[in-house]
Amino acid sequence: MSAFDGDLWISFNGEIFNHLEIRANLERKGHQFTTRSDTEVILHSYAEKGEDCVKDFNGQWAFAIWDRRRRRLFLSRDRLGVRPLFYTRTKDVFIFASEIKAIFAHRKVPRAIDHEGLDQIFSFWCCLPPKTFFKGISELPGGHSMRVEDGRITLYPYWRLDYPNGASLTDENPDLLAEELKALLVDATRLRLRADVPVGAYLSGGLDSTVTTALIRHYTNAPLRTFSVSFEDPGFDESPFQHEASTFLGTDHQEVHCRAEDIAKVFPDVIWHTEKPILRTAPAPLYLLSRLVRESGFKVVMTGEGADEVFGGYDIFKEAKIRHFMGRSPGSRWRHLLLKRLYPYLTNLQKQPEAYLASFFKARPQDLTDPCYSHFPRWDMTAMIKMFYSPEWKERLAGFDARGLLRGSLPREFHNWDDFCRGQYLETAILLPGYILSSQGDRMAMAHSVEGRFPFLDHRLAEFGAKLPPRLKMKGLNEKYLLKKCMTDLIPKSVLTRPKQPYRAPEGQCFTAPGAPDYISELLSSKRLREEGIFQPSAVEKLLDKFRHGMAVGIKDNMALVGILSTQISADQFIQNFDSHTA
Amino acid sequence: MRIDDVKNDLRKFIVDNFYFGEELDFSDSDSFLEKGIIDSTGTLELIAHLENTYHIKVNDQDLTPENLDSVDRLAAFIEKKTEP
Repeated sequence: MSAFDGDLWISFNGEIFNHLEIRANLERKGHQFTTRSDTEVILHSYAEKGEDCVKDFNGQWAFAIWDRRRRRLFLSRDRLGVRPLFYTRTKDVFIFASEIKAIFAHRKVPRAIDHEGLDQIFSFWCCLPPKTFFKGISELPGGHSMRVEDGRITLYPYWRLDYPNGASLTDENPDLLAEELKALLVDATRLRLRADVPVGAYLSGGLDSTVTTALIRHYTNAPLRTFSVSFEDPGFDESPFQHEASTFLGTDHQEVHCRAEDIAKVFPDVIWHTEKPILRTAPAPLYLLSRLVRESGFKVVMTGEGADEVFGGYDIFKEAKIRHFMGRSPGSRWRHLLLKRLYPYLTNLQKQPEAYLASFFKARPQDLTDPCYSHFPRWDMTAMIKMFYSPEWKERLAGFDARGLLRGSLPREFHNWDDFCRGQYLETAILLPGYILSSQGDRMAMAHSVEGRFPFLDHRLAEFGAKLPPRLKMKGLNEKYLLKKCMTDLIPKSVLTRPKQPYRAPEGQCFTAPGAPDYISELLSSKRLREEGIFQPSAVEKLLDKFRHGMAVGIKDNMALVGILSTQISADQFIQNFDSHTA
Repeated sequence: MRIDDVKNDLRKFIVDNFYFGEELDFSDSDSFLEKGIIDSTGTLELIAHLENTYHIKVNDQDLTPENLDSVDRLAAFIEKKTEP
């Protein structure tokens, strides 16, 4: 679209939810519009306010504006990184797109794996932007804008997550804060229901999606269709809670039943859309779910993503709190028993002797002095899968320190924040855009042209959550305390009080069961592994043997198999045989 | 079975099963916990191996670092459990 006689051109992916309010303001200033679209509102906002216009936007966006008179390209991405935006430059061309595969369609762009990018995924589950899995391809980080002018690229943040030290909201009146939170949630939901097509909702059976569904039900007149995934394996299945929530909220509910073989079957398609290796299979069922949504005639769904990051729901926060509590009294004979309350759904972990749990969770005083200590157990566990690298790949990575790079990228204020908030920041700034949204949320929905909308990721809620005292986010070991408090009357008690069960799916066994698709043995064959040169074929063979012989396999083994397979698929689809995959 | 054979078997199991054949430098007296040799579910895999290979029953009260935290301790534990 263009405006102002072709002086401004825009390419836009996303939604500006408050475009009606911005438009009204602009009209008062004399702007005249020719359409009802939010795209035109972006152009007029830019004309009025310049690059600062993005600070007025409430939405999820990736756009580029060509400012013809200034001969400047202005690009911007939403605050929390919902919508993707990648770019590269060749000798004489700057190329940008929402998907890397679109950039690769340009014949002058070389395709190669970035070994440091892969190592970051094998450290944190995702790359640290602007780094991506592909050499020479960069990602504009969430909350950033970028100017391309006279051959120069200038990147800068227009918004930052900040956790005011000591919290700027006090917990003297939690009832008042709960009311404020509820009002914000209602408004965030109301804005996201603005659509010219029917809006559905995911209903996983957990707290967050039940909250978003309840908000739609209670505060709007929108008709309510809900969708969920159920699993064959009761260890993963949450359908009883989904049915209960659906009945309670009076929704018309549909579910897709996911079996291990379904995951193996669609996994290459999933990687085609994540555009990078992943360490868990969890995106695959969501790929199947968005297909169901699309086949049911819906193009937009509301989901609960972001609540765990913003309001302190993840087990990793609970884990850090217990570890800190233990570290303050290392000789205590009972504090470590609290570790048994972690991860009740991980039965293998529950069987561990206490001394082993304490060691694995690194709760010794010396483990707790590092400002990133909350994430050490996860990062240490993840990094163990690097043992599968081939000697040549290890050699290429000699001297590369992914963790050091991450430390260097942390905001200066990070070290002054509360322990709990530091953990929140690491989850919100790194894992949320890099994995939760990119690999599970937005990209799996968009694989079937379904647009996800995330009320909890309204920046006003993110800012409110950051200002809350940590004890109102996790009271004792009760996660998302204030969120539960403000929603008490609107959602089923069973959902409110059930122990948190993170969304998980069957892992490595999907790919090693008899009858698994042929692509798996092909891509994990010694020949193909040697051709790619990333992994040591003999080690991968031993890992596969472990699965095939039904030996006990741990989290690390599962991550290794899923990570190795998805890396091989990525190399095949995007590097070796890209043309045949796009044909 | 000689105790040296037991130790060799245990070392091979640890290297093959947790390190997938990668070179690993550790002594028979090294603590698995302190050296980070075995991951969070590794103890369960180790126990399954002891029960299947040496036909012993590992009870809950046996699950202590004193019994399980090094090759030497494991070998002594197996010896004690298999005494006639």
